Parts: sequence; C-alpha cells; structure tokens
Amino acid sequence: MKITLNYIPEIIDKETMTISELLDYKRFTFKMIVVKVNGKPIPKEDYPTTYIHDGDEVQVIHLISGG
Amino acid sequence: MMTFEEIKARLSDKVVGIAGCGGLGSNCAVALARVGVGTLIIADFDVIIESNLNRQYFFYEQIGQKKCFALKHNIERINPSCNVLAYDIKLDENSIVEIYKNVDVLVEAFDKAEMKAMILNTVLHYFPQKPLVMGVGLAGWGNFSLIKEHHFDNVYIMGDMTLEVSDNMPPIAPRVGIVANMQANKVLELLLK
Repeated sequence: MKITLNYIPEIIDKETMTISELLDYKRFTFKMIVVKVNGKPIPKEDYPTTYIHDGDEVQVIHLISGG
Repeated sequence: MMTFEEIKARLSDKVVGIAGCGGLGSNCAVALARVGVGTLIIADFDVIIESNLNRQYFFYEQIGQKKCFALKHNIERINPSCNVLAYDIKLDENSIVEIYKNVDVLVEAFDKAEMKAMILNTVLHYFPQKPLVMGVGLAGWGNFSLIKEHHFDNVYIMGDMTLEVSDNMPPIAPRVGIVANMQANKVLELLLK
C-alpha cells in the first residue's frame, strides 16, 4: 500500500496494517504520541485495532517534555 | 507589509489563549503584549520559585507569587492597554474547552509531554479548526539549526522535537526564549493573515 506519513509518501509492502504495527515498523519510540488518520485523531487504545489502508493520510505527532 | 500602527490596529480586537505561564508561556505572552494583541487569556496553577528565573519572565521579588497573576502584572507594566485574563487553575480537558473556546489562536506552553498531548488531543477533538501553536524540543543550548517549524493541519509545532529536558539538559533562557518567540511569531502570522 501507498500511504502518506507526516506529509511524506511511504510505500509499505503490505496491503494493510494496524497503527500499532505501523509504529513498530517505523520504529517510533517516543512515549507520548498523538496519531491522526485522514484527519481524525485515534485514541491510544484503538491503535491495535485500527487498520491503515492504501491512500490513507497518517500523522504521528510526538511530544517531549520542556517548557 | 504593514506599519506598526496598522499591525497594532489589526491586533487590538484579537484574543490569544496561552496555556501555561512558565518558560514558553511567560515569554510568548510578553512578546504578544508588546506588539499589541488586545486580549491574552493566561492560565497556570503554579507558584514562582527561584530556579524558574533562569528562563521565565518574572523577577526575583516575585518568588512565591502565583505565576498567572505575576505575569498579568508584568504585562500590564509593559503595555497597560493589553487586557489580560488570568486563571489560577491546573488546566484539563474541561477547563481548556471552557476558557479557550473563543480564542483566535491557542498557544500550548506546558512543560510536561503528557500535558502537551492532553491539550493537543483536546483541541483536535473539540475545536480542530482552531490554530494551536505548540513548543516541543527546547532543552539545553546551541543546536540552533535543529529548531524548526513543523506543521500538521491547524497544529504548528516550534522546536527541535528531539531534545527533551533532563538534569544534564535543562531548559534555559536562550533556547526556551527562541522557541517561545517563534510561537509568538507564528501567532502573529496567523492573526495578520
């Protein structure tokens, strides 16, 4: 499938994968993240059951302490 | 392009929310007050301690005061025509929606990643069309070229998004001030569009 991840086109050799699998695959290791799929924020508890499909626009925003 | 008089006139009826009055919030609020933003809605539950003075816009004799009220006082000394609404409150989802529902732009100025995620989720859920200007990644010193603007729909993130604060990588005035002023600069860009 071909998706857009943080505005960058990304080709993944799978037809679909969950958000959890995508985060593993891309090695996102930040503890505090917010994920949007096609503009919609996805609650953390839904990462293992929410599937990404061809053409989806995914945003993964990570947050770190300091202010 | 605009003269400063034109800028001030355009900003005089604008309302900017600032969530947190620490390193990011105090410096960002002061910059926005200086240029003439009409109303600032600031909120923080915390009290000023001596170690805050390495980056936050407070004075030695204000140690022990509530940050939100001390910041309102400091802003009024700089620009008395800036209307400051100060809330002594630990912000959460409900109070953010209540206090900031009518602002033109909202500035995230928390220190903890959990709170940054909370306000981001709250804005995405309750008012996704409202611009949110965040500060993420500002610890230490140097590394200027790592600091950038990142953009996700109506969310604008200023900072390096990499360097997290720790004992050996504290948040200190120059880099915190850079990010706070980048936030103020983005707010102006959005308000003057």
